Amino acid sequence: MSEELNIVEAVNHALDDAMAADDTVAVMGEDVGVDGGVFRATQGLLEEYGEERVMDTPLDEAGIIGAAVGMAAGGMKPVAEIQFSGFIVQAFHQLKQHAARMRTRTRDDINLPMVVRAPYGGGIRALEHHSESQEAIYARMGGIKVVIPSTPADTYGLLQEAIDDPDPVLFLEPKKSYRAFREEVPGDSDATIGEAAVRQEGSDVTVVSWGAMAREAQAAVQTAEQDHGIDAELIDLRTINPMDEQTVIDSVQKTGRLVVVAEEPKMAGIASELSALMAEENLLSLQAPVKRVTGFDVPFPLYQLEDYYLPNEERIVAKMKEAVEF
Amino acid sequence: MPRTQIEDLDIERLEILDEDGNVDEDLEPDLDDDTLLNMYRDFIFARRFDEKAFKLQRRGESGTYAPFKGQEACQIGPAYAMDDQDWMVPSFREGAIALSRGVDPAQLIRYFMGDEYGNKVGDSHNMPVSIPVGSQIPHAAGLGMAADRMDEDHGVLVYFGDGATSEGDFHGGMNFAGVYNAPVVFFNQNNKYAISVPREQQTASDTLAQKALAYGFKGLQVDGNDVLATYVATKEAMERAKNGDGPTMIEGDTYRLHVHTTSDDPSRYRSDEEVEEWKEKDPIKRFEAYLKDRGVLDDDRIEEIKDEMTEKVDAAAKEALEMDEPAVDHMFEHCYDEMPDRLQRQLESLKETRGDL
Repeated sequence: MSEELNIVEAVNHALDDAMAADDTVAVMGEDVGVDGGVFRATQGLLEEYGEERVMDTPLDEAGIIGAAVGMAAGGMKPVAEIQFSGFIVQAFHQLKQHAARMRTRTRDDINLPMVVRAPYGGGIRALEHHSESQEAIYARMGGIKVVIPSTPADTYGLLQEAIDDPDPVLFLEPKKSYRAFREEVPGDSDATIGEAAVRQEGSDVTVVSWGAMAREAQAAVQTAEQDHGIDAELIDLRTINPMDEQTVIDSVQKTGRLVVVAEEPKMAGIASELSALMAEENLLSLQAPVKRVTGFDVPFPLYQLEDYYLPNEERIVAKMKEAVEF
Repeated sequence: MPRTQIEDLDIERLEILDEDGNVDEDLEPDLDDDTLLNMYRDFIFARRFDEKAFKLQRRGESGTYAPFKGQEACQIGPAYAMDDQDWMVPSFREGAIALSRGVDPAQLIRYFMGDEYGNKVGDSHNMPVSIPVGSQIPHAAGLGMAADRMDEDHGVLVYFGDGATSEGDFHGGMNFAGVYNAPVVFFNQNNKYAISVPREQQTASDTLAQKALAYGFKGLQVDGNDVLATYVATKEAMERAKNGDGPTMIEGDTYRLHVHTTSDDPSRYRSDEEVEEWKEKDPIKRFEAYLKDRGVLDDDRIEEIKDEMTEKVDAAAKEALEMDEPAVDHMFEHCYDEMPDRLQRQLESLKETRGDL
């Protein structure tokens, strides 16, 4: 297979291929069957695989993740969809207290090869609670992996890896980018959970982002080059946990400067973690303070103000300049 | 006719052995003497274990422990009504069924001694202890759904208490099992208190069993101190579940004779008189009387079994106490299938800086 897909189509193809290859893979969630998912990520799967493997579940996030824990313990590979990541909160305990802990609790006797997929992030003028970006909360739950793709090719490859992974994976999909662009998606993706991608090499400053912010960062890097002559290195983190720290360290050793772009709040976030990583492991490489361009430490606003909440090109370029001109 | 009754729902209660051990011969299950004797041995083993685990905590040799004294019939009856391949999903007070299903007593003690080794389940179909109240109930629905989808013919039995029926996960697990007709038996041990809060303050329902009806399946109450009743109810429910006739919720009407955990002082919320009344209903006392009446047991044999079980429990405690403490590596090694670099570095750093490692 090699065809032009957008991100949501890449999700659909990854699920389809995984279900075709392995009878124990089952999709479950609200509206994933007849409706094909509210974003159509699961479209066509019910017709192909039947209601035993494509389950329109009761409207109960804790029930969905809790039942997925049981199904995984019972030998299946459930892929549960939470319709919007903001509603994972309704199932937080199942993710934290059971999905993340089961392997440790049983000293490896029960592992849970399950995936929780959820569209995350703002920028689509959605209702309250539908625009959350809270990956750091999940990153510190030892026992689950957190993956956030930003391109169709990575989405296809990483979701298949997530389904095959023996550990639980939270797969956060940048819904603002779902249909933003298409690209050629090769059947054998080289994307690997735990490996960041260097999207562009440069020498003045390292810009790290992931998910929906990868496109903002890309645009900012181009503008910074055109308008200010800044030669930036651009990294897409792709996996939040386990994090590819070495790629970021190697890059900053070359550039001496780091700007982290994150949609989530600033407090105790992944950008904070990368800043701390520089302070602990890479201090003497730094030629400027680490800059963070993030959401704010407030509840995500209703959509009239969301453009002010979300990092954009202007804010990113400003911080890149500050770093370079320090 | 604008007003008609559209549902006719009923809840039965099952009792086979009364407090004095008199049996209702019409309802008496067909269990041979050897099986009955094994059940009795399991009762004594469980009671001795429970007493020992409590003492180990009091002596400072073990951590917090949640005794099941008084509730053994809710666990030993079902143990004999299930196959090894049926999943047993416990909360945290299910030592009696764990032992009856072959869990190593020394290993079980290790759990309360703060060692995850105690929760290793091997390839048994026992899920590990689950502390967050009610949160294991949806897992049972999922295990049942997986069994159906993988064409396996085993069922699932999940335990939870009266307090757990207030949790959202009780609703979620019951609802999923009902909707998917999953082969699950929901065993509620109504032991009358959630720490200090009485059953009446958890729900305005007259019974807990009736909650099953709202999920579209059968609910019944059994005398939870009557092992023949818990056996029969579970056997029937498991058969229905495996035949595709739907889940069942069984409310075991029982009583926690001891503390909630070793950190609890029950005198703050219940009277000695109440406890004494329930001691008269002890599940072992009536089962012993029944077996003596049936000629399966006599006083000498009872003493022999009690001595044997005391020795067995003492040996298990000794074994648990003599085990090495877990290697610190385990904390890191069992978090993921493969240890990420970050955890590797954290482990190395710990070993470098702690002189005792």
